[in-house]
Amino acid sequence: MKTIFELTKGILPEETTYCPGCTHGIAHRLIMEVLDEENLLGDAIGVAPIGCSIMAHHYMDVDMCESTHGRAPAIATGIRRVQPDKIVFTYQGDGDLASIGTGEIVQAAHRGERFTTIFINNAIYGMTGGQMAPTSLIGQRTTTSLEGRKKEISGMPIRMAELLATIDGAVFVERVALDSPANIRKAKRAIKNAFLVQQKGLGFSFVEVLSTCPTNWGYDAVKSLEWLRDNMIPYYPLGNLKTPGEVK
Amino acid sequence: MSERVLMKGNEAFAEAAIRSGCRYYFGYPITPQNEITEYMSRELEKVGGSFVQAESEIAAINMAYGGAVAGGKVFISSSSPGIALMQEGFSFICSAEIPLVILNVSRGGPGVGTIQPGQADYYQATRGGGNGDYHLFVYAPSSIQEAVDMMSKAFKIAEEYRNPVMLLADGMLGQMMEPVILPDPTLAVKQEDIPKVKPWALTGTKESRPHNVIRSLYLKAEELEARILALDEKYQRAKAELVEYQTINLAGAEVVFVAYGSTARITEEAIDLLAEEGIRAGLIRPVSLWPYPYEAFDKIPQSTKAVISVELSRGQMIDDVKIGCCGRFPVSLSSRVGGMLITPQEIAADAKKALGVE
Repeated sequence: MKTIFELTKGILPEETTYCPGCTHGIAHRLIMEVLDEENLLGDAIGVAPIGCSIMAHHYMDVDMCESTHGRAPAIATGIRRVQPDKIVFTYQGDGDLASIGTGEIVQAAHRGERFTTIFINNAIYGMTGGQMAPTSLIGQRTTTSLEGRKKEISGMPIRMAELLATIDGAVFVERVALDSPANIRKAKRAIKNAFLVQQKGLGFSFVEVLSTCPTNWGYDAVKSLEWLRDNMIPYYPLGNLKTPGEVK
Repeated sequence: MSERVLMKGNEAFAEAAIRSGCRYYFGYPITPQNEITEYMSRELEKVGGSFVQAESEIAAINMAYGGAVAGGKVFISSSSPGIALMQEGFSFICSAEIPLVILNVSRGGPGVGTIQPGQADYYQATRGGGNGDYHLFVYAPSSIQEAVDMMSKAFKIAEEYRNPVMLLADGMLGQMMEPVILPDPTLAVKQEDIPKVKPWALTGTKESRPHNVIRSLYLKAEELEARILALDEKYQRAKAELVEYQTINLAGAEVVFVAYGSTARITEEAIDLLAEEGIRAGLIRPVSLWPYPYEAFDKIPQSTKAVISVELSRGQMIDDVKIGCCGRFPVSLSSRVGGMLITPQEIAADAKKALGVE
């Protein structure tokens, strides 16, 4: 008999707390598939900060710790000093990384820390119930911007990948999306390259993953993917911003 | 080999941490403890350790948590406002049960305050600025030698209890020089030995054991309550096992001072001054501030007419002194603040006032 589906090694057989249609599950799976394919599951250490993904350690079968809000890059910095030969990653949402944790992510990139950050950008605060994030789009309605985000009040949505790409120590920066099979394949390749950069000790690697939040956006799963494609991708262009020559 | 050297307090604290086996330090500049950060930046790599200058005290405490969850022996230091920024981390680390040694070379507050010494972080250290039911174990050295000796003990307690231990020093101890006997160096734990020594640490599963998870979030009330009760059991054990204090001259004392840290040394001189005038004075010096040595107050004799809390703060430890006295003796405060040091003469004068002698 031909195997057509297998559970991903590295994903624990738990029922997740993520909402139906949320793309966290895909992102989790891609990371674990890459670690498995590169034979790195036993060497991986992950950091899961506050946000929906603080639950990630219930589903990822690698050593993990929870993090204070926004501080995962500082924690990964400490882990990396004690376990310099391991594969260290943070898995951070946009409220965590692009708001409360901007200091830590910028400074970790600035030091050229040799870990990988997977940045889940769904343009909203998920776990707290749909408040505006620095990444929320202009006109996007949230529980703290009922009439839609306004530039005059909240500024323009922040583009973290572009911001970090200006920093010398961030040597691999790519933005991907999880809205289609083709983009999911590209996302997996980016995550693989980010870990490769870390393994080679070249510097900080960063993958921004455009994701959905059906519950707080107020759309079903399919409409959420369309909304991501029609609204997020035009503002947050996909593609690689930086790759070191060693992994090209 | 143990060696006797003349050292500045801050540098002696740093060297004592290294000799206790600490190999990881994360620091941010703040006066009056910069010599520690500078010393660690020079010395740690020489012994195979690692120093990171953090971008803030908030990052420093989180780097420390990261280093410690990965199994490293971690030390951090700061001074009052910097320690204030670390409070969320302390609460988190207590909840996650991660060993860590913290040194506060405290200065005067509130706010930015001053870079001169102070003891106004007593509440911050013993009551905690972080959220939730947690405790740091807090020790207050009164000399550089005592701080150096406490350092290796602090690491042992932190690792045995899996709880942060704070040494609460002050700018005076950090900045002065004293002869000090440094302990023999302890061998540091090698990275490959961490899984044996700390089986809970994040070292990678090697796909040969269930994954290790370090956490602080418990969304089910029953689960969190059980966690808090387990932590509390540990704190009750600490209360039974970790109390330390010193008493001087309590027998027949008319007045008993209670003082910790460098203030206790000044108070000893006040005791001599009072003796010259025929007034018997004694001292309780809490060495552990949490757990607090309430039992020491049972030793205050019937002859005592007044108990005085001597502090470089406007009456913080005095709350514990009152709990210890339990209404048996009148309690008053002798204090200078704002970076001003109290003199033996001022303490002696406060004692005479409390006794009603002129």
